[in-house]
Amino acid sequence: MKLDGKKVIALGERDGVPGPAIAECVRSAGAEPVFVETECFV
Amino acid sequence: MGRNVRGPVPELMSAAVHSCSLVLAHAPDLVRHGSKPTREDAAEQIAPRLRTFEEALGYPPHQVFLGNLRPEALWEIERPWWGHPVEAPREGPFGVFVDEEELYRRLEAADQFQLLRLDGREAADGSLPIYRNGDRAGVMLRAHDLDESLSASVLLENLACKATGALALEHLLARTGFPADELQYVIGSGEEAVGDRYQRGGGNLGKAIAEQAGCVNASGSDVKAFCAGPIHALVVAGSLVSAGVYDHVAVVAGGSLAKLGMKFAGALRHDVPVLEDVLAGLAILVGPPGDGAPTFRLDAVGRHRVGSGSAQQAVLEDLVVEPLERLGRKITDVERFATELHDPEITEPAGAGNVPQRNYKLMGALAVRRGEIPRDQLDAFEREHGLPGFSPTQGHVASAVPWLPHGLEALRTGEIGSTMLVAKGSLFLGRMTELADGMSILLEPGKE
Repeated sequence: MKLDGKKVIALGERDGVPGPAIAECVRSAGAEPVFVETECFV
Repeated sequence: MGRNVRGPVPELMSAAVHSCSLVLAHAPDLVRHGSKPTREDAAEQIAPRLRTFEEALGYPPHQVFLGNLRPEALWEIERPWWGHPVEAPREGPFGVFVDEEELYRRLEAADQFQLLRLDGREAADGSLPIYRNGDRAGVMLRAHDLDESLSASVLLENLACKATGALALEHLLARTGFPADELQYVIGSGEEAVGDRYQRGGGNLGKAIAEQAGCVNASGSDVKAFCAGPIHALVVAGSLVSAGVYDHVAVVAGGSLAKLGMKFAGALRHDVPVLEDVLAGLAILVGPPGDGAPTFRLDAVGRHRVGSGSAQQAVLEDLVVEPLERLGRKITDVERFATELHDPEITEPAGAGNVPQRNYKLMGALAVRRGEIPRDQLDAFEREHGLPGFSPTQGHVASAVPWLPHGLEALRTGEIGSTMLVAKGSLFLGRMTELADGMSILLEPGKE
């Protein structure tokens, strides 16, 4: 998947990968996180 | 890094968990007032899939909660558990399950400002309609016409927490025979925000619960840490006792009304009953060592540090590995870990998976990485060192504590040599930090 130049919505999960970690990953691949959140589903 | 205490635990640093009570209150007519059902205006949709009291009683995870079944028994009961009811006494060795009629009686008894009026009146002026057996029964009044913190829905949430917390504390006192007037301090560890608009979340529901349970010589306060609150509170309680500030401290928490019916949509989509129809409560008695009561290892408290980051591996390194390393122990030296024990039959239909299983997989993976177990033993870690989820999804109540009375018994009989309670909290939900949180505490057999 090419992320360079894409805008990304990063939804993290508290028992999985947090939103900011996803954002950091996609940023390093050239994408722009436009919304970052971590949710708790319990 | 802070200084670590090594070597034998000095006598001063000692406190014991003498007992733990867990209670359930069936609240099908309050599910409509949960946060999600309210926002989705879903009362009519939900009504056909609410359980009767008998159905809720016979639900195997609830009987584990009360202590009539061992947690491991759930691994042997065919899923779905809701389709395989078990023998269903209202009381167990660890707690009691009250029906909605008794819950309403307790809500009224806990309501010093007479805001809950079950006299058949219609809702008006910001009051909230209250139902009984599906029919209108009365209202919850608001306490102020402009203050959102004193709205009917917030007050009902707080009152539900107070009443179920008091039910748990009363059960604890009755079960242990500990005189109510000898309890010195009560720490509330729930997640509700008690206060008016000038001090939203001001709290001290701990003291209100102490009063409700007749603990006239107790004072109290609250320890707030999202779902990790009870474990933080246990560490504080153990520290207060070991320091000699108080002889006995109770940690309490009532149920979370806001979370009733939270995942109803997933349940309806999968044709599963709405299992989030119970409020839960807990009460734990902490005192000096003796009487065989399992003791805290206050020199091996695990804390998630600000600088550790919120990745799951970092959280579990802080909570599990670091405190055990301080004692020169391995992960596999702990017979039983209790993590967040959310019932998977509630979380799976909502797409949230099996929360305890996921946590045990992560712990097992840490053990593999450290060379403590071979990779092919990873799947076995859950059953050898973990537990099935059996707690209602009541936030702080589900965080490790439902195992505590089972664990205390296993430590007293010598069935296990140590157990670790591990709790996590989602601080980021409050938008004040991106951080997660967590706390852990190790328990060992006590002295006679």
